[in-house]
Amino acid sequence: MAEVKTYREALREALVGELDRDENVVLVGEDIGVYGGTHLITDGLYDRYGPHRVIDTPISEGGFVGAAIGMAMAGLRPVVEVMTWNFSFLAADQIIQNAAKVRYFSGGQVKVPLVIRGPNGGGVQLSAQHTHSLESFYGHFPGLKVVAPVTPNDAKGMMLTAVRDDNCVIFLEAGALYGTKGEVAEGDNAVPFGRARIAREGGDVTLVSYGRQVALCLAAAERMAEDGIEAEVIDLRSLRPLDEETVVASVRKTHRAVAVQEQWRWFGVASEVAAIIQDRAFDDLDAPVERVSGAEVPAPYAHNLEIAAFPSVDQVVAAGRRVLYREEG
Amino acid sequence: MAKTKERTDKRVGGKHPGGRAGERTDRNGAGPVGDPEHLVELYRQMVLVRTFETACQRSFRKGKIGGYLHLYTGEEAVAAGFLSAFRRGDRVITGYRDHAHALLLGCEPGAVMAELYGRRDGLVRGKGGSMHLFAVDRGLWGGYGIVGGHIPLGVGFAYALRYRGTDHICQLYLGDGAMQTGAFHEAANLAGLWGADGRCPVVFIVENNQYGMGTSVPRSTAMTDLAAKFGAYGIDHEKVDGMDLEAVLDCAERVTRQVRESGRPYAVEAMTYRLAPHGAGDFFEKYRSKEEVDSWRDRDPLVLLEHRLREGGAVDDAAVEEIAGGARDEVAAALEFADASEPPPIEDLYTDVYAGADEYLGKPAEPADEEGR
Repeated sequence: MAEVKTYREALREALVGELDRDENVVLVGEDIGVYGGTHLITDGLYDRYGPHRVIDTPISEGGFVGAAIGMAMAGLRPVVEVMTWNFSFLAADQIIQNAAKVRYFSGGQVKVPLVIRGPNGGGVQLSAQHTHSLESFYGHFPGLKVVAPVTPNDAKGMMLTAVRDDNCVIFLEAGALYGTKGEVAEGDNAVPFGRARIAREGGDVTLVSYGRQVALCLAAAERMAEDGIEAEVIDLRSLRPLDEETVVASVRKTHRAVAVQEQWRWFGVASEVAAIIQDRAFDDLDAPVERVSGAEVPAPYAHNLEIAAFPSVDQVVAAGRRVLYREEG
Repeated sequence: MAKTKERTDKRVGGKHPGGRAGERTDRNGAGPVGDPEHLVELYRQMVLVRTFETACQRSFRKGKIGGYLHLYTGEEAVAAGFLSAFRRGDRVITGYRDHAHALLLGCEPGAVMAELYGRRDGLVRGKGGSMHLFAVDRGLWGGYGIVGGHIPLGVGFAYALRYRGTDHICQLYLGDGAMQTGAFHEAANLAGLWGADGRCPVVFIVENNQYGMGTSVPRSTAMTDLAAKFGAYGIDHEKVDGMDLEAVLDCAERVTRQVRESGRPYAVEAMTYRLAPHGAGDFFEKYRSKEEVDSWRDRDPLVLLEHRLREGGAVDDAAVEEIAGGARDEVAAALEFADASEPPPIEDLYTDVYAGADEYLGKPAEPADEEGR
């Protein structure tokens, strides 16, 4: 059974389910309680679970993320909201130096069952300091898991998996899509990490993406279909671990690939995807792997400039045509 | 006094069937806190720590210990006094000057030394080294290398301990240098906030050894009363003479009992001094004078305690020598154990990255055979 819900409702449903299931689950963050959550993900939960399980914190990312790491090491399962991922830089020392590594440098004596979640990426005119896509930043560090669901169903299912995971999960929500709707499976629909989703099947070219850009790739695929090009769209969903098999299998079928990301091109996920493809499917490729990325500038404010700073359907279509040698340069 | 001495001899003689110091830090059934027998036992533990640290320095210079090495020499009374108030189930967390805490919680000196040597029998199997000692079964939850970075963790421990309905507390050690970090101020603010309704049983134990590396407290902050800084966050606080074991002990017993009962945080600034260099690479100590070091050496916690024990008749020359000899033997055995321990197996490189059964995807695949993929 499935019901149509928003991304926001799907997330809340997962949190409620886990709070009900396990009293060690606590929520931590700024204005998640009395205020109801800046993005209303935790709306109503303070009244339902009380101040000791839905813990409002001062504006103090390093402090409360660090304290949540300590809670996790001590047996709780905190889900921390960073109001936006942009603020996580203030907690980066805690996330990278403690949450990601303490299991290793303690010789396996401790674990950190912690979820840090919040909206990632841009698209809502917040300008430079409030617009980042941090998947490759966090994906760089062994010890962290990094996921980026785009459908409401995955938002719920991956949150269930994240809360139950014994490691620190960086949960990157598609902030611009909180209000979008989709079918969400009833009950326990836990979605495992490390398995990509084929969002659209096709045999001519593989478009690899995740997060908000999956929608872009699907739109591009529709456009290409008008010219008789059938694109396969892969939604990675989980970036660390990353499902290499699904990407490689698709490229072995289509022989062409475009990796699409909102973040900057250098050192990004798309580069990693391109490297994986050339490592594992070099002989299957009929064209170099293309990358479509954000412009190499801090995010601008003006609407037209912001649109220009992020990948567009036109760019994805053009890249798809290039790997098919249907378009010049 | 003969009676005291006889009891003393039983405790300090070569072999300790009771095991390491830590088994005796849980004083259920032991004599009254601060009685001569207890003080002699803590003296024995402090001598062990001093002897161990001195041996570390020699091993470092011989190249047997890599990385950084931070010694507790001169500060022994602080951890010895507070860990005497440790109860099973409590949590201890500290920075990188952590050898003493491990030894005082009862970790085998051999396992601690083997860790410093980077061997498989080390406390964390060669994964952490000097700065990252853990023995969670004994209450030691690390050993952290970023100054101040561990403080929020300790506050989180305390919240979780009370959330889960226990009466355990967190002993959170930090240096004077850590008090200038944002992590300290953010964590102290949370502790005060959560502690206001009894939900954050943490004791902040500031090991004020007067210097953050080579920068003195007055050169680090215009407000040099470090204990008073806790007042800004609604946390009660006091100072204690960290060179005087008995003073620390009295303070620790009282403060830990209060925090355990109230669930409210408390801070103690222990005034102490690092008689050793900051790290084993700190050769010249340009930041402090010989006269200053000498003046603190006069208040060496081991000398002060020994003097007091002799005055009270709890130890005599023979007992002091026996304690020293016992520590030397124990440390010699630890060095021998560490030397004999093998390096970790190379497969350990990829273990302990993630908890759970997940295949670690960062691990390189087995090399392809001749036929390729």
